[in-house]
Amino acid sequence: MFIQIENTSPSFKEFTLVMPAVSVGNVGQLATDLIISTLNMSRVGYFHTGCLIPMVGNNPYAPSADNSTELCTTAEVYASPDLKLAVLQIRSPIIQTKRKPFRKLIISWIKSSGFARTVLLSSSHAYQRDDQQIHSTPLRYLLSPAMQRVVGDALKELDWREMEKLKMFPGLSETEERLYIPGGGITKGLYTDCCSEDVPLAVVLTFCSEGDNIPDAFALVSHLNDWLHLVGKPSDAQWKVPDSWRLLFGNGIPLAIF
Amino acid sequence: MATFFGEVVSVYSRAVEEDEEDVDNENEEDQQIRREIEQKREVHVNWCPEATQSITNPSDRTVQCSNFVMAVGPNAAGFLSAYVLNSGNWVAVGSVMLWNERSKDSSQQPSCVIYRQSDCPKVLICQCTCYIAEDQLFQWTEKVFACIQQRGLNVTVLSDCSMAEYKSPDSPFSSGAPFLRALKSSQYGSQPACPLLEQPNIVTGLAAAVLSHCQVQRIPAILYQCYSDVLLPDSLTMETYKPALTPLSKLVKLDTCQSTEILRKLVQFNEAQSNLYT
Repeated sequence: MFIQIENTSPSFKEFTLVMPAVSVGNVGQLATDLIISTLNMSRVGYFHTGCLIPMVGNNPYAPSADNSTELCTTAEVYASPDLKLAVLQIRSPIIQTKRKPFRKLIISWIKSSGFARTVLLSSSHAYQRDDQQIHSTPLRYLLSPAMQRVVGDALKELDWREMEKLKMFPGLSETEERLYIPGGGITKGLYTDCCSEDVPLAVVLTFCSEGDNIPDAFALVSHLNDWLHLVGKPSDAQWKVPDSWRLLFGNGIPLAIF
Repeated sequence: MATFFGEVVSVYSRAVEEDEEDVDNENEEDQQIRREIEQKREVHVNWCPEATQSITNPSDRTVQCSNFVMAVGPNAAGFLSAYVLNSGNWVAVGSVMLWNERSKDSSQQPSCVIYRQSDCPKVLICQCTCYIAEDQLFQWTEKVFACIQQRGLNVTVLSDCSMAEYKSPDSPFSSGAPFLRALKSSQYGSQPACPLLEQPNIVTGLAAAVLSHCQVQRIPAILYQCYSDVLLPDSLTMETYKPALTPLSKLVKLDTCQSTEILRKLVQFNEAQSNLYT
């Protein structure tokens, strides 16, 4: 459930919510980090639930020299009232048996907070693309019917590509199709739920492989910026990398080995 | 997936688990089994009524407590056993029972035991050495803290961690393990007894669940995480926790006279096992 921080009474009426799906390469989470750190957003609340694995650390967006003591938890909500933007960052995996309750929790929070639209940043296994998907940009989008009414053709005009539906029985039946997002975590489930519950949701995802996924995160967040204009003009977007991204590939080397 | 060198490896993802769509398409029998497993994995908190009667609020049945000290892991628990629990009249007043895939089926031993002292009943000590699964951590915290009065409560958590988890721009060999690092909730006003945990280090497990709960519920809490390079419990690591309890010195006495003897007993078992030639 959402618990606001003392002395703040955030209202999310008509806000845009951006949140990651915990998915392959953690691309959505990295992209979300970039948004929070670049826009210098302030924390307005926690998303405290037993569906996520608990973790704590020090403020990941503080400069490392600053001896910051602000405790950060598993899932937190940041807001920027000027931009009418709220961001939910999720920092740990969803417990596997609790995916459904988690999706329900998110949707009921979106409904009760009055968000105008929700953007889910996600990713999918690059190695599971089919022939037509390999031959183009790795970025895709999906709109729930409610979102389609809000956005209209804006994304088509930006030259974005919609996530293709795959044939259920290739070679046998050409009519039955299904949405397939391998490695996307709750992406497909949340999208389906939003479609049936008439919640405006856009999924913006990239195909990627596990590894150093920082370039994927930059590509995804710049792509999103083409649409939402979060930072400056699309061309001169300067993203600020949070200090906590250091040491992703291990510690320093012992000097004694030289 | 083929790698750069051409060999085919099965793909493992840090972020997501496979067969994620199966959970949605389960039938009634699956659901029944799932419910039963969930029931079996439930966390139970038992209080000894005689021992807690004097400190229980009659209105909401919560236990009055000014300081809740928790030890997570064998070193932290060993430290409390050797320096605190062996002197003064500490009695067990409660326990937490749970079952998960790593529990031994035969033993009905509590996974965590809560103690209090007869002459200073508002300090509770909780020792926790068993494995608590990820899906039980939140429940553990909710259930234990539901029994404790929140007003005026201070929480101290001592937790073990392997040196391998510690990230630093310097070599891990130059950091002089074992050492302490602290994390505090926003409501905690005092100065921690050691440096704060640097980015991008994080804490997980029971200590993280408790600290998250305290942060969200605005309870002053501090966590002391001890990074050790020894795999098994050892006396040097246990002693590292000493400064963590100095702020509580008025309430909890550190007894050093017998502690060496007890520490020796605690680690003896491991020493005998770790040496191939004895």
